[in-house]
Amino acid sequence: MTKKLKGLLAACALAIAAICAQPALAGDTIKFAYVDPLSGPFASSGDEYLKVYQTLFARMNAEGGIMGKQIELVPFDDKLQPAEALIALKSITDQNIPFVMHCVGSNVGAAMIDGVSKHNARNPDNRILYLNCGALATELTNEQCDFWHFRFTGSVDMRTASLVRSLPKDLKTVYLLNQDYLFGQSVRTGMKKWLAQLRPDIQIVADELMPFGKVQDFAPYVEKIKASGAQSVMTGNYNRDLNLLVKAAVDAGLTARFDTILAHQVGAARSIGAAGEGRLTSIIEFSANVPPDMFKGPEADAAEKFATDWSKAHESEFSEINYWTMMKMVKAAVEKNNSTDALKVALALEDMQMKDMVGQENIMRKTDHQLLMPYYAAVFTKNAKHDTENTGLGWKTISESTAQDLALPTVCQMKRPKS
Amino acid sequence: MEIFVISLLNGLVYGMLLFMLASGLTLIFSMMDVLNFAHASIYMLGAYFAYQISAFAGFWPALILAPLLCGAIGAAIEVWGLRRVHHNGHIAELLFTFGLVFIIGRGVQMTWGMLPMAYRVPPSLDFPLFTLYGANFPAYRAFMLFISASMLLSTWLLLKKTRIGLIIQAALTHPQMVSSLGHNVPMVFTTVFAGGCVLAGLAGVIGGNYQTTEPGMAEAMGPIVFVVVVFGGLGSLAGCFVASILMGMIQTFAVVIDQSCLDLLRPLGITTVPDNLLGEVLSVPVARIGALLPFMMMVLILLVRPRGLMGTRDT
Repeated sequence: MTKKLKGLLAACALAIAAICAQPALAGDTIKFAYVDPLSGPFASSGDEYLKVYQTLFARMNAEGGIMGKQIELVPFDDKLQPAEALIALKSITDQNIPFVMHCVGSNVGAAMIDGVSKHNARNPDNRILYLNCGALATELTNEQCDFWHFRFTGSVDMRTASLVRSLPKDLKTVYLLNQDYLFGQSVRTGMKKWLAQLRPDIQIVADELMPFGKVQDFAPYVEKIKASGAQSVMTGNYNRDLNLLVKAAVDAGLTARFDTILAHQVGAARSIGAAGEGRLTSIIEFSANVPPDMFKGPEADAAEKFATDWSKAHESEFSEINYWTMMKMVKAAVEKNNSTDALKVALALEDMQMKDMVGQENIMRKTDHQLLMPYYAAVFTKNAKHDTENTGLGWKTISESTAQDLALPTVCQMKRPKS
Repeated sequence: MEIFVISLLNGLVYGMLLFMLASGLTLIFSMMDVLNFAHASIYMLGAYFAYQISAFAGFWPALILAPLLCGAIGAAIEVWGLRRVHHNGHIAELLFTFGLVFIIGRGVQMTWGMLPMAYRVPPSLDFPLFTLYGANFPAYRAFMLFISASMLLSTWLLLKKTRIGLIIQAALTHPQMVSSLGHNVPMVFTTVFAGGCVLAGLAGVIGGNYQTTEPGMAEAMGPIVFVVVVFGGLGSLAGCFVASILMGMIQTFAVVIDQSCLDLLRPLGITTVPDNLLGEVLSVPVARIGALLPFMMMVLILLVRPRGLMGTRDT
């Protein structure tokens, strides 16, 4: 018994020593805070992006870090609650971490923009930059745009524009089905706007909002879609609201397409499976199939290898190519000034051009701090070169909207700091 | 017309799935006065077990084994958990089951990860049974109906026509007397709790591949099951049945109705509404709020008839 106890004590001591040793090791690193849901119903997304960052951080460190220093990822859990995110932000600023990254939820993103802006106004000697990697609502770089916020992912406006551009020529009738909250309504507005502008020949046979995350049985929706005779269901639904919809459609023998913007998110492929064959499309940043489908050359080969290595290790698809673009941009901005000072880095980021993993030019637009990046339309099919999530089906690229195509007008009127 | 018939069928299938979940909950409540918050978590466990077993042995063994596993877990929870906190009163029991929700949820995430599982309908049931007005009715839906109906029948027979049912019913109202007659009342309680968990597990097995098997499924089903139980009357199996079918129908039909309250007022000559909150509420189509209707009905019935549709005591 005492022997056991001694062993236990020794183990505890070791564990404590290990914990204490960590900050000492991390003394001279550049820290990046990462705030996202790591518990609760949306934890699957936060957890996936955390893994992506861990891999990309290791890659950048292997390439020499930033200014010769190693970079360090500091994760915080916001449970998809704006209030929790602000508590995390307080703790981040207390630790003098210069960058905060956040990827899930536009409501949290809006709160972060506000929180960061206020903090920087009150503490000019301890400012922080908000690197947005996934809060999509168009408003965040329009009405609510802010100098301290940089969005390194396509807005809903950009994604719906590339979705409408990718629709096949013979498509004539669509059914709009979206979630009844900020994001879904934003998608709906975008779809209607771009359909009217780019494809006036397409008729919207129904425009429906459904409760967010509350529907357990989609069979009645499928009945309605069937009765409407639409050739395609255009939807911003994701997660359960998308998976159950497609499954119910197949069960009922509905033959319509599903043109979506988020079906490539982690987990969807596995839960939809063969039901999506040839009829489910999504607007993606990247997939293992983008390089072989669209590009040639050593850069494309390297990107393809990175993506396939990722799928082998994680059983999911690597689509977060823009995260790497973001890290390279921040690295360039910091090294240009030899400082992590938020104002200097922000000024250096403005109008910065950077090639992404496949060699496409990305631009951080100065007027609204929105990254102009290409998007690809992809269809879920077994004819893809690489499959996704071990389903035997993969995202085959069908068309591209370039960064120039997606340089959409903005109404942002940014307040710029004087010093 | 075709939409009506198809919606009727869909509503029935969904209602029966709800009933399978809710019947276990109401059974446990009527016996032990414990509102088991972890019931939907057991449903989730049932789906995950079924996925795991069907990966090795196929769907049919899973259909038998997964509910039994859930029953065993239920029995363990009752014997080593609930029975111990029982003397501390109802609040302690409630909090105990509430804690279980988090433990099971986290346990599932740690064991199977956070992503949905590829738990699919078995190929032998994956075909359209018949075609109605151009829409397929999947064989698996018919199978779900069959399972839930036979379960309803056997539970009813067990409770009403057998000696075990007699003792269970007696223990429900007069536990001291049943105990004095030499029956092992704690044993009866364990059986009922395990039985309820078997039903939840069974619902998980057939609901897991009909919907999706993922860590969020307990949270998605939990609230609506409580609504069914409260609406039907706590502890009433018949009320639970009626409420389940009703909720299934309401949610299914609500989606099909594109009219709003405003359309009802139209014959009275009211065609425009003021541009304020009231106008907003009046002009929102029923389809958009369909999923919230059950919750509104629960609030209503609690106001008008607190014991629920067929309940015997107040909530």
